[in-house]
Amino acid sequence: MKILVCISKAPDTTSKIAFTDNNSKFDENGVQFIVNPYDEWYALVRALEIKEAGGGNVTILNVGGADNDPIIRKALAIGADDAVRIESSTEDALSVAKQIAEYTKQNTFDMVFCGKETIDYNGSQVAGMVAELLNVPFVSLASKLSLSGNTATIEREIEGGVEVVEVTTPFVISAAKGMAEARIPNMRGIMAARTKPLTVLPAYSSQNATKVKAFTLPPAKSACKFVDASNVEELVSLLHNEAKAI
Amino acid sequence: MSILIYAETNNGTLTKNAIEAANYGGLLASKTGNKAIALVIGASNGLDQLGKYGISKVLHFTNSGTSDFDPQKVTHVVAEAVKSENSTIVIFAHDYSGKSVAPRLSAKLDAGLVSGAIALPNTENGFSVKKAVFSGKAFAEVEILTSTKIISVLPNSVEKVNNQVTAEIVPFNTELPSTQLKVKEIKKESTELSLTEADIVVSAGRGLKGPENWGMIEDLAHALGAATACSRPVADIGWRPHHEHVGQTGLAIRPNLYFAIGISGAIQHLAGVNGSKIIVAINTDAEAPFFKAADYGIIGDAFDVVPKLVEAVKKFKASNN
Ligand SMILES: Cc1cc2nc3c(=O)[nH]c(=O)nc-3n(C[C@H](O)[C@H](O)[C@H](O)COP(=O)(O)OP(=O)(O)OC[C@H]3O[C@@H](n4cnc5c(N)ncnc54)[C@H](O)[C@@H]3O)c2cc1C
Ligand SMILES: Nc1ncnc2c1ncn2[C@@H]1O[C@H](COP(=O)(O)O)[C@@H](O)[C@H]1O
Repeated sequence: MKILVCISKAPDTTSKIAFTDNNSKFDENGVQFIVNPYDEWYALVRALEIKEAGGGNVTILNVGGADNDPIIRKALAIGADDAVRIESSTEDALSVAKQIAEYTKQNTFDMVFCGKETIDYNGSQVAGMVAELLNVPFVSLASKLSLSGNTATIEREIEGGVEVVEVTTPFVISAAKGMAEARIPNMRGIMAARTKPLTVLPAYSSQNATKVKAFTLPPAKSACKFVDASNVEELVSLLHNEAKAI
Repeated sequence: MSILIYAETNNGTLTKNAIEAANYGGLLASKTGNKAIALVIGASNGLDQLGKYGISKVLHFTNSGTSDFDPQKVTHVVAEAVKSENSTIVIFAHDYSGKSVAPRLSAKLDAGLVSGAIALPNTENGFSVKKAVFSGKAFAEVEILTSTKIISVLPNSVEKVNNQVTAEIVPFNTELPSTQLKVKEIKKESTELSLTEADIVVSAGRGLKGPENWGMIEDLAHALGAATACSRPVADIGWRPHHEHVGQTGLAIRPNLYFAIGISGAIQHLAGVNGSKIIVAINTDAEAPFFKAADYGIIGDAFDVVPKLVEAVKKFKASNN
C-alpha cells in the first residue's frame, strides 16, 4: 500500500494566543510548533501500522515554507519513509487542497490520510476538498480502519454514534481519536530521519478562496461567582433566575 | 439569486442542526434580500416547519439510492440544486454531515468555505464570516473571495428567530453518480442524548477517583435532562467510553450549561468546552484553573456536593412543573 499522510504545523496546545500586524497575523513569538496532533497521533501512526502489517510506503506531504521542516523531520523520525514539501505560504484550505490533489494526481497513492482538523484554524476542510478534486470517496472523522486487500472497513463518527462504511482504494480519510495510539520517536528513528529524503517542490498555481481579515480575542470573562458548598439550592436558583440556563 | 440550505434529516425528521442552519439561511436571506431555499434529501416529516425560519421553498429529493449517507452523492445533489436555483450562498451545519459535504462542494464549485461560523456574515465591506479559531481561544473574521460562498454554521451559536413565511414543498430530482462507498452498519449509542446536541452537559474528571462513582454524575444528568461527558484521562483509563471525551483532542461542544466536576481545567480541556454559555465548576481545590473559566463555582468535595445538588435539582424540577 502506498499511503500519503498530509501533515500541518500547529502551535503547541499550551501556546499563548496573540496577534500582530494590526491583528491580522498570529504572533509566532516564543511559540513552540508541533505536528498537528490528529495528523501525527492518528493519521501517521495508523499508516505506519498498515505498512508494518502488509508492506508498502508512507510518504509525508506538507504544504508550507521551510520553517515546517522540523515538524516534517519529526514525522520521519516516527517512521515515515520519505517526505515532500510543497513550497507555499497559502493559508487558504482550498489552495492547500489543490496543491495536495495536484501532487497526488502526478504521484498515485492508494490512500490519503489527513487529520480531523488543524488545531489552529479548526477548518476540517482540506481532506474533503482533496477527495472531491480527485473524485474519490472521502470518509470523515474516521476512528477505526481495517484493510483486506484493496477494501477498507472504516468506522466514522456520526451524530450520536458510529457508522461503518466500506470503500475500495483509492480514497481519502480524515483521522480522529481511536485510529491509533500516539508513538514517541526513538533515538534510532531520530538519527534515521536526518538522512531520509525530503523533496521540496514548487507550488502549483492556485488562487486563494478565503482570507483572514482580522483576529480578535474573546472578551475577558467576568469573575466566577462562588456559592457555598452547603448551599447548593442557591446554585440552582442562580442557574434558573440569573443565568436562565435551567 | 438565492441562498440554499442543506437541511439534514435523521430517522425521517429534520435534525436540530438542520433547523439552526435553516434559521441562519433565512436570516441571511432577509438581510441580503434573497430567497432562502432548503434542500432535503430522503423521506421526512414536518418540512413545512422550515417556513417558520424564513424558508420559502423546500426542494425535496426522495429518489431511491439516497437512504445511506454518501457525501459524494449528497455533494452532487447539492451542486445540482445550486445550479437549478442559481444559488450564490450555500449553508450547512458544521456537524458530521456538514464536515463531509461542505468541503467537497467547495472544491466542486471552486467556492470559498468558512466552516464553523458563529455569526451572520458581515456584508458591509466584502463578505466576511466570524468563526472561532485556536480551539475557541480566539476568533477570526474570514473573508470569502469567490463569487459562490459556502458557510457551515457551528451548532448552538446563532439565536433562532421566528421569521414566518409559507414554505412551498417541491420535488427535486437528479441522476445520482455511481460511487464506491457502501454503508454497512449504523451503531447509535443507545437513545441517549447526543453530546453535541445537548443543551446541558454534566462532565466529570479524575477527581471522581474511579468509574464506580459515576452514578451520581448520571443522576445529576438525568435530573437536568443533560448528556454526560468526561475529561481525556478518564476516557483513556477506560472509566468512561471514548465518545464522552471532550476537549482539544475529543469533541468540541457548546451547550448552554456545562458542569465540570472534579476536572482541573487544563487548557486542552477548556479548548473543547469554552464555547459553553454558562460554566459551573465544582472542585476541592480553590486554585483549580477551571474557576477562571467558570461563571459559577463551588469549592467542595464532589462526593458531598453532587448528591445534594441532585436533590436540589429534583426539588426545583418538581416545583416548576
Ligand atoms: C496535546 C494534548 C491534548 C489534550 N487533549 C485533551 C482533551 O481533549 N481533553 C482533556 O480533558 N484533556 C486533554 N489533555 C490533557 C489535559 O492536559 C489534562 O491532563 C486533563 O484534562 C486533566 O484531566 P482531569 O482534570 O480530569 O484530571 P486532573 O488534572 O487530575 O484533575 C482532577 C481535578 O479534580 C479535583 N478533585 C480531586 N478530588 C476531588 C473531589 N473529591 N471533588 C471535587 N474535585 C476533586 C482536583 O482538585 C483536580 O482539579 C490533553 C493534553 C495534551 C498534552
Ligand atoms: N498546509 C498543509 N499541508 C499538508 N496538509 C495539510 C495542511 N493543512 C491541512 N492539512 C491536512 O488537512 C487536515 C485538515 O486541515 P483543516 O482543513 O485545515 O482543518 C489536517 O489535519 C492535515 O492532515
